[in-house]
Amino acid sequence: MSPEDTEHLAAMLKQRSGLILGSDKTYLIESRLAPVARREGFANVAALLTSLRTRRDEKLIYTVTDAMTTNETFFFRDKTPFDQFKSDVLPALAKTRLSGDIKIWCAAASTGQEPYSLAMMMEDMRHQYPRINLDILGTDISERCLEKAQSGLYTQFEVQRGLPIQMMVKYFEKVDEMWRLSPKIRQAIRFRKLNLLDNLHSVGRQDVIYCRNVLIYFDLETKKRVLEQIANLLADDGYLFLGAAETVLGITDAFKPMTGMRGLYVKNTAAAATAPRRFGT
Amino acid sequence: MKTCLVVDDSRVIRKVARRILENLQFEVLEAADGLEALNACKTAMPNAILLDWNMPVMDGITFLRQLRKEEGGKAPVVVFCTTENDLSHITEALTEGASEYIMKPFDGEILEAKFSEVGLI
Ligand SMILES: C[S@@+](CC[C@H](N)C(=O)[O-])C[C@H]1O[C@@H](n2cnc3c(N)ncnc32)[C@H](O)[C@@H]1O
Repeated sequence: MSPEDTEHLAAMLKQRSGLILGSDKTYLIESRLAPVARREGFANVAALLTSLRTRRDEKLIYTVTDAMTTNETFFFRDKTPFDQFKSDVLPALAKTRLSGDIKIWCAAASTGQEPYSLAMMMEDMRHQYPRINLDILGTDISERCLEKAQSGLYTQFEVQRGLPIQMMVKYFEKVDEMWRLSPKIRQAIRFRKLNLLDNLHSVGRQDVIYCRNVLIYFDLETKKRVLEQIANLLADDGYLFLGAAETVLGITDAFKPMTGMRGLYVKNTAAAATAPRRFGT
Repeated sequence: MKTCLVVDDSRVIRKVARRILENLQFEVLEAADGLEALNACKTAMPNAILLDWNMPVMDGITFLRQLRKEEGGKAPVVVFCTTENDLSHITEALTEGASEYIMKPFDGEILEAKFSEVGLI
């Protein structure tokens, strides 16, 4: 791989998906792009990168951008953001959303485990909240991931990561060596391709936003821009969940952390200032 | 220190499970079939049991039914760990009082996640 080619790739990725390729990412590039090079008929990754730089093939650019995203996710990842939803966020919103509709957006939904975890959890609480309907939107830049998310098909390994066995029995059926989510849970989520670098206006007003484990790949300026767009979409009394390694501190003052609730943020607007930032007050 | 009885007729699996569980701070005991496991439990009830299904002499589900009839036999948290991976086996295991179910092949991450799911760690 020539330095010009890797530099061009790094600049392209930053522009296309916000991904910052750190220095010495040769191994990452090689392992992610070798299958693409093979599939697209290039002799090796170096040849793929040269073609990427010298020809402007939009389809190839997208394929490479998609292949370079990290899609790691699992059911009920980190647990806390789901426990907090159940114990505090949902009860608070159930009181104020008189229509019963609560709008949730998973902004980097990857292969769907995050929105599906919410849908299964809600289904388990059906009797407790008979009136509540979660309107869940899952978006991601990766078509590859969205396709899998939409299929609701997971490997044996994936259904054993974070998913309690009772839920697996209740909501999955076995299809050959794979496990498929029941239509009821699958139909509870709308999936759509969306790049967080684009104008996010079409997403509309949301009550809860999960934006977890995606900002970590961006530089400060991109993080700020995305967070500020997200703030515009979030209801004044809405909630934002970030990943365990993410924060708004030092990036934007559009949000403030909730006391005693790790990873949970509320808006920092004048209107929101009068709302309690602590549950139960 | 919590104790975990690993019940599997494969010595290799027992060894793998032992290594993972010891890293999770368990004291590990081993049994090669259901009957050996039952005898071990009569001597001292472990906190947790990692249980294979198909074994010679006495299989895992028979062991589990017998265990639950023993004095103090309701206490151990039972996690199946087997190649049986269809819903009917899983449902039967849960009905008989297993708390979690691991489908082989498994690794340290899955075992740890399942044990934490049932509050063992
Ligand atoms: C590590 S996954 C996180 C999945 C899930 N939120 C979780 O926490 O388990 C990150 C996801 O962000 C997506 N992503 C990366 N850049 C993006 C962008 N600019 N717009 C939308 N999604 C993006 C990737 O495709 C990937 O699926």
